[in-house]
Amino acid sequence: MFFNLNLTLVFSKFISIFKSLIPVFFLMFVITFLISYFVKPKILVKYLGGNSGVKGYLIAVISGIISTGPIYMWYPLLSDLRETGMKDSLILVFLYNRAVKLPLVPLMAVYFGFKYTLVLLFVMIFVSVIQGLIFESFSFFGGIKNE
Amino acid sequence: MVMLLSLWFVMSVRCLMMKTESKVKFGSKNKSFINVNKKLLIMSLKKSFFSIWNAFPMILAIVLLISLLNSYLGSFSISSIFSGIEIIDAFFANVVGSILAGSPITSYIIGGELLKSGVSLFVVTCFIVSWVTVGVVQFPAESVLLSKRFAITRNVFSFIFSFVVSLIVVVVVSLL
Repeated sequence: MFFNLNLTLVFSKFISIFKSLIPVFFLMFVITFLISYFVKPKILVKYLGGNSGVKGYLIAVISGIISTGPIYMWYPLLSDLRETGMKDSLILVFLYNRAVKLPLVPLMAVYFGFKYTLVLLFVMIFVSVIQGLIFESFSFFGGIKNE
Repeated sequence: MVMLLSLWFVMSVRCLMMKTESKVKFGSKNKSFINVNKKLLIMSLKKSFFSIWNAFPMILAIVLLISLLNSYLGSFSISSIFSGIEIIDAFFANVVGSILAGSPITSYIIGGELLKSGVSLFVVTCFIVSWVTVGVVQFPAESVLLSKRFAITRNVFSFIFSFVVSLIVVVVVSLL
């Protein structure tokens, strides 16, 4: 059953997904350039580094929610930010909050109801911060560190 | 619209962080308003280009894998894996949601159909949350670009917390 694949369908899906990624590539290039040019490493470490505190979590949550495009398109930028000093727990919070898709709220509400949708979004935001804090405590105790 | 929002966000962050380095004085002979650091500009452009260029092969591989999975999805019935025992169904829903990838819209449509066919809200929520948070397909790229340890930890956390999120959501919705 697994090998009964329509290769033409696979290829056409590949082309269609790749076409939709072209504007995202440009967007990523622009964002990476702007951050690299304007945001000095000291500032980045202050707001997203080890001692960023609540500000860092807030920036990670909001930027995760407003970010767009597939998750894998953000890996190069996040890798650069990580090298510059952004802490891993904030990257985790950012990536988790990418699952909060505000433009898709109406569609989700159609399938599952408005009440369910709102509760799910708020719980996901809350849990993302909890995960970030737990991840930090692992790093603090020497369990998981940056490689 | 998204590009404008992203640009606005970055410029706002920059304005908040930047100290005024050169003030334009009234009647000053120095008319230069925009101070462009050419060396930094070229370095930033190169850095941005190569960070995306280096990740390009991995992104192509992920897109191909997603195309394969999406094509296979048409001939596979997800509801056939659910036995009716909630905890086991939730685990399988998480596993399937973790492996499948693509637009979250697909997960809402599948989740809606599962709900109609009698699968519990807890199981459907596990499926939807794991679809958008856990990424088995993206794991190779994530482990190369963000370190293997981080990728494993993030995915394991997301897998475990999808149960937690689903439980909290179902309880809160039933209470409201």
